Amino acid sequence: MRFKDVFSIIGPAMIGPSSSHTAGAVRIGRAARRLFGRQPAEAVVTLYGSFAETYAGHGTDRAIAGGLLDYDTDDVRLPNALEEAERQGLRISFRTGVGMGPHPNYARIELRDEHGTAEMSGASIGGGNIQVVSINGFDVGCSGMYPTLVVTAADRQGVLASLTRVVSDAGLNIGYMMVDRKARDGEAMTVIEVDARPPETLLQEVRRLPHVTELAVIDLTSGS
Amino acid sequence: MRFQTLRQLAELCERESKTIAALMTEEQAQESGEPAEKAIGRMTEYYRIMKEAVRKGITENVVSHSGLTGGDAKKVADYAANGEPSVGEWPAKAMAYALSVSEVNASMGRIIATPTAGSCGILPGVLVSSQERYGWDDDKMVQGLFCAGAIGYVIANNSFISGAEGGCQAEIGSAIGMAAGCLVELRGGSPTQVIHGVGLALKNTLGLICDPVAGLVEVPCIVRNGLGAVNALAAADMALAGMRSVIPSDEVIGVMREIGGTMPMEHRETALGGLAQTPTGRKLAEQLRQEQR
Repeated sequence: MRFKDVFSIIGPAMIGPSSSHTAGAVRIGRAARRLFGRQPAEAVVTLYGSFAETYAGHGTDRAIAGGLLDYDTDDVRLPNALEEAERQGLRISFRTGVGMGPHPNYARIELRDEHGTAEMSGASIGGGNIQVVSINGFDVGCSGMYPTLVVTAADRQGVLASLTRVVSDAGLNIGYMMVDRKARDGEAMTVIEVDARPPETLLQEVRRLPHVTELAVIDLTSGS
Repeated sequence: MRFQTLRQLAELCERESKTIAALMTEEQAQESGEPAEKAIGRMTEYYRIMKEAVRKGITENVVSHSGLTGGDAKKVADYAANGEPSVGEWPAKAMAYALSVSEVNASMGRIIATPTAGSCGILPGVLVSSQERYGWDDDKMVQGLFCAGAIGYVIANNSFISGAEGGCQAEIGSAIGMAAGCLVELRGGSPTQVIHGVGLALKNTLGLICDPVAGLVEVPCIVRNGLGAVNALAAADMALAGMRSVIPSDEVIGVMREIGGTMPMEHRETALGGLAQTPTGRKLAEQLRQEQR
């Protein structure tokens, strides 16, 4: 189901004017920020479809900047997010993509700083809800409305079994999971939505698993 | 959630002798793994924000971020209080309140998306005016929001709630259906009557395109919120009177999906067609572009 609970219909509490172009854009920016794990130094944002056509009037640029600053959808600082990003030394450039993306409201965000880079694409599907559709070139599908483990690992037999075992041992239930790989025996990504906030000990355990190279957590349900 | 269609929702409620609001509150607790009190608390806070937005727009001269709209909610509220509105006093108030929240949204103020920001005026317009009219307490209004959420959940998962995907019918239409349905329940209608109210309401907005002038959530969105609140009251009355939706409401939702899926891109929020491309619509868009430079 694309919409999972009562608050995906009633809500979010948000700063106007558009749930798709403003609130959804905040969440796409914030999901990218959480994926990156820290405030980036530079962001390149490419807007497609209706995002590209109407972003100025809806404050989509301010909204994505606010998300990159880790603001929530009803943060009263959103109207000034572009200025605040500049003040904090976060350089953001906006481009409009050619043609339609895979969804009418679609943005691709590339982040970097001196320690690394990340890429995430997300669609704003209505009422402020989002779908993350790609991460670092892997096809994924998650909403950010559940704590989400994003695991990069080598494509090897047993990696998934060991991943799901440590998640289960931590007492967490998996609600959704998706795997994509770049090539057989190549790099693979596993996205796991869990029903409760993962404890720090679990994250450490996942990082120590054989063949796991990277772990990020996207969680838009919590304040930090 | 144990239901995917409105019919399943009504059958579950009738089998378990529950209101839609009570069932949805339980289902939410189950889905989130948290006690129902937590969801009720969050919904109560949302209702408070809705009332705050209603008050703001009818007491202050709210002006939109672009300068294109604002101040109309106050005009209509004053007219409703002092004039003799043709639709009657209470529908005029519902209309004023809906316009108010919608204007606050356009001013980059704080609102609750119900189901979207473009349609954020209709539920508060109907609920806040009905609360004043019937003397209901906030707890009852919060139940109304859970009922509206259940209806919206079915529409969203079987069709659309965004203008970019399905046109204005998906936003304003869904909001009217949600508001009509929850008002039927708040006024004592059965779950089956609620479902008929949703279908009656939705049929009246089928095919409505999303054609915002200059791409902004202002013209015609704000006026559609005002009129949408009145439509919701009327659809609720039809259902409470015992009128049925001859085409079952789930089938109407399917039609909304069919129409939205075949609607040209120009009429799905891109501002490339409809009112946005009238001579005046284009002139306003050009003026705003010049001002931004």
